[in-house]
Amino acid sequence: MSEIDPNLLRDIIMDHYQYPRNHELTKEEGYHSRHMASDSCIDDITVQAKFNGNRIEDVRFDGEACTISTASTSIMSELVKGKTKEEAMEIIQNYFAMVDQKEYDEDLLEEAVAFQNVGKQANRINCATIGWKALRDMIKESEGQ
Amino acid sequence: MDTERIRKDFPILSRTMSDKPLVYLDNGATTLKPQPVIDAVVNYYTYLGANAHRGDYEMSAQVDAAYEGCRKKVADYLHATSSKEIIFNSGSSEGLNQVALMVCQQLLKPGDVILSDESEHASSILPWMQAAKQKGCKIEYIPLDEEGKITVENFKKAVHENVKVVCLAQVSNVLGFEAPVKEIAKIAHQNDMLVVVDGAQSTPHIDIDVQDLDVDFFVFSAHKMCGPTGVGVLYGKKALLDKLEPIYYGGESNARFNSCGDLILKETPLKYESGTQPIEGVLGLGAAIDYIQAIGKEAIHAYELELKSYFVQKVKELKTIHLYNENAQSGICTFNVFDQGQMIPAQDVASFLNTKGIAVRSGTHCAKMLVDVLKVSGTCRASFYFYNKKEEIDQLVAALQEATLENCINIFF
Repeated sequence: MSEIDPNLLRDIIMDHYQYPRNHELTKEEGYHSRHMASDSCIDDITVQAKFNGNRIEDVRFDGEACTISTASTSIMSELVKGKTKEEAMEIIQNYFAMVDQKEYDEDLLEEAVAFQNVGKQANRINCATIGWKALRDMIKESEGQ
Repeated sequence: MDTERIRKDFPILSRTMSDKPLVYLDNGATTLKPQPVIDAVVNYYTYLGANAHRGDYEMSAQVDAAYEGCRKKVADYLHATSSKEIIFNSGSSEGLNQVALMVCQQLLKPGDVILSDESEHASSILPWMQAAKQKGCKIEYIPLDEEGKITVENFKKAVHENVKVVCLAQVSNVLGFEAPVKEIAKIAHQNDMLVVVDGAQSTPHIDIDVQDLDVDFFVFSAHKMCGPTGVGVLYGKKALLDKLEPIYYGGESNARFNSCGDLILKETPLKYESGTQPIEGVLGLGAAIDYIQAIGKEAIHAYELELKSYFVQKVKELKTIHLYNENAQSGICTFNVFDQGQMIPAQDVASFLNTKGIAVRSGTHCAKMLVDVLKVSGTCRASFYFYNKKEEIDQLVAALQEATLENCINIFF
């Protein structure tokens, strides 16, 4: 685990919660969409993704959500935009590994390392992964899986 | 209330949470268990052991006596006319499902209306929604007043000739308001309606008299009143229980059957108890009733109101806390915390409180239609019981004052 100043990591989460990026859904055609409603809390978000061939052209989201799900989805949306689906899947896999306290490549995760300790509050792991799962599902769906 | 003495009966209160002494304020979800309840459950496994109503030997007879003794205890606890009106099941949710299915399938006709309201718990409304669909019946809602309460006036407005059933919680699990059940039942019966009451949040706290309330069906769960999980009660008026057919069939509920399909069921209430019941749970429920009766419901309720008003006085001074149910006469406090005018998501507040050893509930509390009434996505709920003490409320309020957005996120580092 990296030795990054916890205050810095906290500020990343605060910033993405208070000023979430890509936080508006679109009615434009060509978007995949996933509604994710947590059964255990208020998190109820919709994530949209637009693919151009193998590349992720856009990711957007909106909905009712706590600090952790809002910030984690916001960070994810910035991180995967412009990446190929394979690159995004690798990032997502490493992110899930980090959340599960397993080995991961922190260079791939950039700001998402802010969630490295989310498992300290076991019931919040779902908040930190809800938006990420939505994107993973849409990538798989677009691949016909 | 001699809280210090009472707390010694609850072994779990000596545990810690997040390395802090436990402050358990989620009694609306479930309650902690005193030693006599634990002992009653253990005694079944270490001594009584046998099945109920089946064996011709001493152990079995002892179980029968204990099990049926608890049925009598529940009948007295609810002021039912007889223990024949008491059916054991797995809890309020099962009871409400049983009633919804039996009533919709056997008593209602397509086009009939069931009245509910938007503050209901999923267990009170969903069984009717699903059973009504199968029968072609409709659900309509009693409008809530501006505080989220059910009033007699609004109930009257919702009644019309097609309404055949009203099903509501005596005490709302989110806001803690007590519905005027007795008045509603009177009007309902004048209009040939059945009255079904979810007593999950009322039975642990206030005296219940099903005859005085004149309800047709009433359910509650043992675990919300210091009893075991997985066991509860369906009360029904004897005439109705005799007339209806059960939802489940199986061992113990039948007297005779043959290969031609002839079936003779046992008498009420045993016709409703197919299969081996949670016997240790029923015995634990009996012990819980004894425990609560020894303290007294009146004293319990008065003390809960004292705790609530203590909390209300303390948070009233704080601009950062918005309380949604100041006037509800129960131990339920529903609120949100604000930081510089911005609401902190309820789940973040609850997680922050967890780090202080304080257990509260966050979210919609299974009453997912109420968010439209409160116009807020979720709330925190602290719910008190007789073993809570003012010092714990002090700890809660101190923690809430510390609950800034920054501190709620700091818990992850």
